[in-house]
Amino acid sequence: MPNILEVQNLVKNYGDFSAVKGITFDIKEGEIFSLLGPNGAGKTTTISMLSTLYTPTSGDATIGGHSISKDPMAVKQVIGVVPQDLALYEDLTARENLIFWGQMYGLSGKALNSRVDEVLEQIGLTDKAKNRVKTYSGGMKRRVNIGVGLLHKPRLLFMDEPTVGIDPQSRRAILDTVKDLNKQGMTVLYTTHYMEEAEELSNRVGIIDHGELIAIGTQAELTKQVGETDTLILRVGESDDPETLAQSLKGLKGVQHAEVSDHSVAIVTPSAEEILAAVVSKANERGIKIRTMEIREPNLEAVFLNLTGRALRD
Amino acid sequence: MKKLFLIGIKDLKLMFRDRAALTFMLLAPFLLTIGMGFVTGRFSGGATGLSDIPVIIVNLDKQELGNALEDLFSSEDLADLMEPTASSDPEAARQLIDDDQASAAVIIPEGFTQSIIPGEGTMFDPNYIQPEPVKIEVYTNPSRPTSSGVVKAIVDEFVSRVEEGRTSGMTSIVQLMSSGLVSPQDAESEANNLFQNVDETESSAITLKKNTEGAGAVEFDLLAYFAPGMALMFLMYTVSYGGRSILTERSQGTLPRLMISPTHTAQVLGGKVLGIFFMGVAQVGILILASSVFFQVKWGDVLGVVVLILAAVFGAAGWGMLITAFARTPAQVGSTGSAVMLIFGIMGGSFISLEQFPPFMQTISRITPNAWGLDGFTTLALGGTLQNLAEPITALLIMGTVLFGIAVVLFNRNGLVQK
Repeated sequence: MPNILEVQNLVKNYGDFSAVKGITFDIKEGEIFSLLGPNGAGKTTTISMLSTLYTPTSGDATIGGHSISKDPMAVKQVIGVVPQDLALYEDLTARENLIFWGQMYGLSGKALNSRVDEVLEQIGLTDKAKNRVKTYSGGMKRRVNIGVGLLHKPRLLFMDEPTVGIDPQSRRAILDTVKDLNKQGMTVLYTTHYMEEAEELSNRVGIIDHGELIAIGTQAELTKQVGETDTLILRVGESDDPETLAQSLKGLKGVQHAEVSDHSVAIVTPSAEEILAAVVSKANERGIKIRTMEIREPNLEAVFLNLTGRALRD
Repeated sequence: MKKLFLIGIKDLKLMFRDRAALTFMLLAPFLLTIGMGFVTGRFSGGATGLSDIPVIIVNLDKQELGNALEDLFSSEDLADLMEPTASSDPEAARQLIDDDQASAAVIIPEGFTQSIIPGEGTMFDPNYIQPEPVKIEVYTNPSRPTSSGVVKAIVDEFVSRVEEGRTSGMTSIVQLMSSGLVSPQDAESEANNLFQNVDETESSAITLKKNTEGAGAVEFDLLAYFAPGMALMFLMYTVSYGGRSILTERSQGTLPRLMISPTHTAQVLGGKVLGIFFMGVAQVGILILASSVFFQVKWGDVLGVVVLILAAVFGAAGWGMLITAFARTPAQVGSTGSAVMLIFGIMGGSFISLEQFPPFMQTISRITPNAWGLDGFTTLALGGTLQNLAEPITALLIMGTVLFGIAVVLFNRNGLVQK
């Protein structure tokens, strides 16, 4: 499949601060590509440049063959954007919002009305279409937010962390919608800091951290980078200090990384079974009570931990 | 252009769904107008707020035009409105005004008629020098701004009709001569015939107003001053509300979303400006309509009112955009807009007539759309038409254009969204 998006050395600086440090990647027509990284990694800035909202400091990208710097209006016709934060008129109904945004994309008349009906059906809000958006739940608003991005049937859809702050049911609905759209032929650039979402949705994943693309490939290719390692997650009691446990485990044989996240310690190891007894012993020595243990096969979390030395949610 | 309109209509729709804003934009000025009506006794008297305005007529001219003006003030049609007193001493008349004994003194100087109607045998005399037109003085009482304004309006109307008659008469004679319909020998007698009837022309000019509006045309309704005063003051709130919506849209993400759509920045900004314009026109239009229906306020010439509303909103919208361009947050626009609304309301004469201000304050007040707008609405309420509004309308259009220009430069420099 040809590339629909090609990014070359894209840089965005704000004074001395560099938000995006020369990233290069491409997306093939018809795939779901995820940009996975923690908050502040540069995902939204990248999307903002690709959607022509921000001007790159240097570098360029072509979308559907059009340069984002030289021909932004042509790029805007190719892309649809679902921004991270809700961008809707809350005093308008869902239908009124969709009609207004459809008009901004040049739709009108019967074509606009029938497309609005289709999108309302797609996002499951046909029955509530005449209610003002401000009366909706967070999940319903997210769905309208997505619907706006779909109105003009874009070839490439940017979705910037569309599931942040919503309930599991709405999250499930959104992930299913993304898969449906992709099945219909839409290419998707999906940003997230949820490893599970990237794993479930993506054909390929780019891992971004501190404005740099530190790894790119299919999930299998990426996990191969960390070798045959397990991740052992230890959840400690509320009153215990996971940092103390992590420090004591770092010198233990077979422990590659030990990082703290909330009240958990994530340990990357070639074999979780082999270090299990020693880990429990160390915890007992320090009077730390382990409440739960979980062994994970190699995954993107482990890849990120391996590449950055930090957990994805840090 | 279509997108501009769509964005503007969307903003208007949102305004009508914002109950708090509607209360402030429509209900508050309406209630304040009622309050001012009660304070001024507008609701306790008849249909008009003014009657028996004491005016002193000093006719030093004693010829056709001077007599015509004096007769006009004593005419039956103005009997209820005016209470004229004749005097022959201008200084004494001025003193009476200074002593607050009357609202205004109309001093018709000697030679007024002669300065307008040429003497016999002088029209085609190559050595004849037409004297400079002598000006009628209206010495007004600053403590009675409205009633003295009515006197001034009557005199202005009289003078403008005289000037109109003189110009059209001369033009007609020249055209008749050049087309050969009147010989140069007969031209002077034809012209004199025309000018001899000028006093009748003046009477009919004033009568013309009576024909359209009855005696009320030269009556002045206090609410016709306070209602636009309040509407113009709260118009400043509306334009800052509209300007604030630009920053609100920026923070709520809809402005960046607009910029991502295939819509040019100029279209987005233009659409927002159009939205402000629609909001302002809707607000002032509704208030005018409501005051006409509920209080029978006579706003005057409909075309003049419409054009003046458009110009006033344009001028005010310029201020709204300028405030927005300087502010960083919607809250800043809100607080600045409210402060400007009050300052402009006071400075622009929404509460106290500008005539009561010292001259330097009157000059400063000209930076407000309120002052120009009120000038225009007062002129219309006193029987003026669109033709009499050239000055306020031009001033408002210049104000709007200059302020928009500055705002656009600031927006271009800072960017509509962070880049």
